[in-house]
Amino acid sequence: MEQPLPAHHPGGVGSPRRHRGRGKGLAPYLLSLPAGLWLLVLFVVPLFIMLSITLKTCSPASGACVMTWQWGELPHVVNQYRGQFVTSLVFAFFATLIDLVISFPIAYWIAFYGGRRKNFFLIMLLVPFFVSFIIRTLVWEFILSNNGVVLSFLRGNHLVPSSFHVLGTGLAVVAGLAYNYLPFTALPLYVALERIDRRVLNAANDLYATRRVTFMRVILPLAIPGIFAAFLLTFIPAFGDYVNQEILGGTSNTMIGTVIQNLFLIDSDYAGGASLSAVLLVISLLGIWLYARLLGSRTIEEYL
Amino acid sequence: MSVDAPSREVPAPLVEGTSRRPRHWGRFVLPTYSWLVIAYLVFPIVVMVIYSFNRVTAGLQLVSFSWNGFTWQWYRQWSNIPGLTSAFWLSLRLAIVSTVIATILGTLLAIALVRYRGKRFRGKAGFEQILFLNIAAPEIVMGASLLGLFVTFNVARGFFTLVLAHVMFSIAYVTVTVRARLSGFDVALEEASYDLGANPLDTFRLVTLPLIMPGVLAGALMAFALSIDDFVTSNFVSGSSAPFPVWVYGASRVGTPPQVFVFGTAIFTVGIVFALLSLLVSKRKV
Repeated sequence: MEQPLPAHHPGGVGSPRRHRGRGKGLAPYLLSLPAGLWLLVLFVVPLFIMLSITLKTCSPASGACVMTWQWGELPHVVNQYRGQFVTSLVFAFFATLIDLVISFPIAYWIAFYGGRRKNFFLIMLLVPFFVSFIIRTLVWEFILSNNGVVLSFLRGNHLVPSSFHVLGTGLAVVAGLAYNYLPFTALPLYVALERIDRRVLNAANDLYATRRVTFMRVILPLAIPGIFAAFLLTFIPAFGDYVNQEILGGTSNTMIGTVIQNLFLIDSDYAGGASLSAVLLVISLLGIWLYARLLGSRTIEEYL
Repeated sequence: MSVDAPSREVPAPLVEGTSRRPRHWGRFVLPTYSWLVIAYLVFPIVVMVIYSFNRVTAGLQLVSFSWNGFTWQWYRQWSNIPGLTSAFWLSLRLAIVSTVIATILGTLLAIALVRYRGKRFRGKAGFEQILFLNIAAPEIVMGASLLGLFVTFNVARGFFTLVLAHVMFSIAYVTVTVRARLSGFDVALEEASYDLGANPLDTFRLVTLPLIMPGVLAGALMAFALSIDDFVTSNFVSGSSAPFPVWVYGASRVGTPPQVFVFGTAIFTVGIVFALLSLLVSKRKV
């Protein structure tokens, strides 16, 4: 956030030559001013407006809100939509868990055995991002549909009963979330494993550690911050996601994102929507705060 | 499928009994598994490309789940759906405008963050926290709160609010990307430029900018990709002018026209060609 400029700025640090120009002490503030203002007005202020709306009472008919300084809507909507919160937490948790299990070995392989083709494999990990998020999810709707590729194959070989279906169930939503957010897990894991100093592994080897011991006692502990970062960076967007639920989940298993979107865009219940968004934000921040407390606040930013 | 030999940094096991299995892991199990994961990631894209060639037999021209035979029809009639075509051009314009703005603002901020610290740049820590929060916050919260802002101040939703929103969520990504490239920057080069009599503007134009250009381009690509693919925030702030993802989502609730997959295939092809080209270029330089 912008802070008031000091009246006279101590400019005596470093080589005097670099401070020749007029107003050199202002340089960092001038450089950061445009981006700072943009983020202040369109990111920070809206968050506070949203928090203030939770203190208002809105009439659903006109959409007009009056400040009443009451958490009127908050306990009410949280209670009303508790089931959707739980569904979102469970779906996001399982999708993230699946992503961690799927992507750890490939991140490990690229980091330790990727050689000169590391960048190529990283692009392959990012390949889903070259197709629009909505289209990706629509294609999964195709694939998982009752006469789609997967189910026809499974039914044709009598691996599942003919009444078995995936679309419209929580399973489809978790599968969609896991696919769409896999790169968010794989990249931080790769960064964490790539960063491990190879000399430490050599040292473990010199001290007669077997491969398994080296992995369990050296590599895994060093990768822990990355694993947690990957968890958060996948879990938070998956938790707030509603596209996968709306396209793949049908009308059942509503997630909290769907509720928020409908409250804002269909019901014009801004107070209710804002209250739920505030809770969603607090839960996400709680995760980040926990991470910072356990592993240090600086480290998570290194995985972005 | 070809497999790289394990890189030399990985220590060869000394204990005889353990040597066979790890080799096996690194040479066979891990690569096979990794290629399976890559196949899983690519699979829906292949399905999308295949279905963009699927003939439609029923009356309505909507994509169907069953395969009806090969056709070029949707590629020949790619612009037959006026809403889809205009949504696509809107997304393209939006992505270009917001990328230019976000790249400039984000790069300036990255320079400030890398170059100045301590007493010379008070508020740096606050900035970094806001950037982090911006990236980490659930997108639906940002979209909803922006809608709250626009409703509170009675701002009409449309192209203008879309640009405001897209620049807002792109700046942090540009800054993070540029900052990563800037951290290895040698300040002595700028000092040399000053010594040779260049003013700050010339130094920035002729020395600093060319050096940080790869980072700036990477940041710009990131901003472009984020903008053209954004659904959640756009859905909140677009009003009646729906960008490509918002239009596709709306249409899919009724029935997806096959042209959607044609656009998807085209965007994918352009994107992957760019990515592989940049890979080749960066390899040649090293």
